[in-house]
Amino acid sequence: MDQLLQFVFSGLTVGAVYALVALGFTLIYNASDVINFAQGEFVMLGGMVTVFAVAAGVPLPLAALLAIAVAVVTGLALHRLAIEPARGASAVTLIIITIGASILIRGLAQLVFDRQFHALPAFSGEEPIRVLGASILPQSLWVLVGAAAIVLALWLFMERTLLGKAVRATAANRLAARLVGIDTTLVLALAFGISGAIGAIAGILITPITLTSFAVGTLLALKGFAAAMLGGMGNPVGAVVGGLALGLLESLAAGFISSTYKDAVAFLVILGVLFVLPQGLFGRRAVERV
Amino acid sequence: MSRRLFSALMIGAAALAFGPPPAAAQAPIRIGAVLSVTGPASFLGDPEARTLRLYIERINQAGGVLGRRLELVLYDDGGDANRARTFATRLVEDDRIVAMVGGTTTGTSMAMIPVFEEARIPFISLAGGIEIIEPVKPFTFKTPHTDKMACEKIFEDLRKRGLSRIGLISGTGGFGASMRNQCLRVAADFGITVVADERYGPGDTDMTPQLTRIRNAPGGVQAVVNADFGQGPAIVTRNFAQLAMGVPLYQSHGVASRSFIDLAGPAAEGVRLPAAALLVAEQLPDNDPQKRVVMEYKQLYESTQNQPVSTFGGHAYDGLMILVEAIKRAGSTDGVRIRDAIRQTRGFIGTGGVVNMSATDHMGLDLSAFRMIEIRGGNWRLLD
Repeated sequence: MDQLLQFVFSGLTVGAVYALVALGFTLIYNASDVINFAQGEFVMLGGMVTVFAVAAGVPLPLAALLAIAVAVVTGLALHRLAIEPARGASAVTLIIITIGASILIRGLAQLVFDRQFHALPAFSGEEPIRVLGASILPQSLWVLVGAAAIVLALWLFMERTLLGKAVRATAANRLAARLVGIDTTLVLALAFGISGAIGAIAGILITPITLTSFAVGTLLALKGFAAAMLGGMGNPVGAVVGGLALGLLESLAAGFISSTYKDAVAFLVILGVLFVLPQGLFGRRAVERV
Repeated sequence: MSRRLFSALMIGAAALAFGPPPAAAQAPIRIGAVLSVTGPASFLGDPEARTLRLYIERINQAGGVLGRRLELVLYDDGGDANRARTFATRLVEDDRIVAMVGGTTTGTSMAMIPVFEEARIPFISLAGGIEIIEPVKPFTFKTPHTDKMACEKIFEDLRKRGLSRIGLISGTGGFGASMRNQCLRVAADFGITVVADERYGPGDTDMTPQLTRIRNAPGGVQAVVNADFGQGPAIVTRNFAQLAMGVPLYQSHGVASRSFIDLAGPAAEGVRLPAAALLVAEQLPDNDPQKRVVMEYKQLYESTQNQPVSTFGGHAYDGLMILVEAIKRAGSTDGVRIRDAIRQTRGFIGTGGVVNMSATDHMGLDLSAFRMIEIRGGNWRLLD
């Protein structure tokens, strides 16, 4: 029992990070049909900028804000300098552009920061909390609560604000949105900016647990992408469920089956799900009109 | 890379302009190096590159070797074995090097071995894997301790403490996988039973499931051994503390750098590992044969590089010095004669231990080269 609970704690913590990365994918995908593979770099920037700002003597909350600002600016710049000039190109071209951008960001981070791994102090102590024989770090609770808060804030923004509705309208039908007077370029820029912020927050929250370096973004982007596919690309609820499910799958597979093949087990399950439900767990079924 | 090449050229140019006239008169002796200065193994490759540059400059200031200047041709493979092999070919065909120091990881070294063996150029690798020198290849040597020795040193310590049932947790990367195999192979010789054998992938960020399995292994474990380098062991150490495992934790020589203690934080307290004497230079007794060498290297490195010394840079020091002494003994830059001279290395005192090479031993270290170290109060403490 305590064993199962330990695996669940581990899976949820890791899964919450995947969920946040998947959410970033979802947001940009909805607004532009682009799968932004630079999403993982936002997470890396969040962690690295915070680490270096703290090392330079900036208090942690201020450093975190600075990191979020850097990621948002990077997201906006990515849109303005790479995606916008290629407007009208096919989605595949745009995806390749984002891969190129991620390599560029990683290279710059390596030059501006360094190549070492770094840690941040935990926000509220390192003393693990014991629950029924299992233990969880206070920082894991920060990650889980932070992820929940972001999901809630994003939901409120999308459902309750005019700008959020504009994003949803653009996602539903870009041409129609433009016809009713929505500035779709602005909406797209907004999506990149918010994705940058979400990624950065995720990076700041997880760095005390997972450590960070200039290269952590690649793997996170891959896992986040898998989570988004599992949940159904384009569905925010799906992104969260997919992320948590992937995290749980990995830790349960490592715990009960074999730690050597835990990634294989996780991806086999994803393949199985996509085989039965090609749109993912919560995906829209694509309707072709003739 | 080009920046490094440029700076190497600048050092070369400066040495040419200001160096002592007799050394500058003749063509320089070219020494090649392919190191993982960037990429995942950069914490190994970066101090290695710094050490080579530092000491080649010093040797040149002192008049060079055989009255000739040394010239370092250094490439960065970024940890990629394919690139390492390409650079190795370039070193042989375009740069016409006399000998080779480097190959930061076992993977890159193994990829380069055929190139240097075919060209009959002495190659001193700075990587840990035992397969580099076993079976013995005519022109291939290495300076660092092997992972097999690390296993033996750890098991020796376990036996001393009367512990025999261990859980093994290793990374699936080259270093972790190789050390895992070696540990499984020699465990029985020390009366050790491996009751749990868990693994994790590179880039994994949570090892509590694996450690939970180890804790719940049937019959229980008396100690846990972690075979890996980089950030993985730091996370294992943190998770180990989080789960309050209550048994001793052993790390490998792969974590023997200051950054491990920084990353693992208070969780590192009490962790033991086998490592080279360099790590605890100040704590060595004055009659230790290595004391003078490691103190000199440490002081010079730390005063010129403004960063703490690591045992990995020490491997590069050992490799370069073994090579330079061999070239002096051979009195020639002929590959075969240098190779023969390297094989005759006896009683060389390096940062990694006392080296006695032979035709059948191309590393020349025994178990006494490793010291058992414990982390106490955020610092290394020499145990024996």
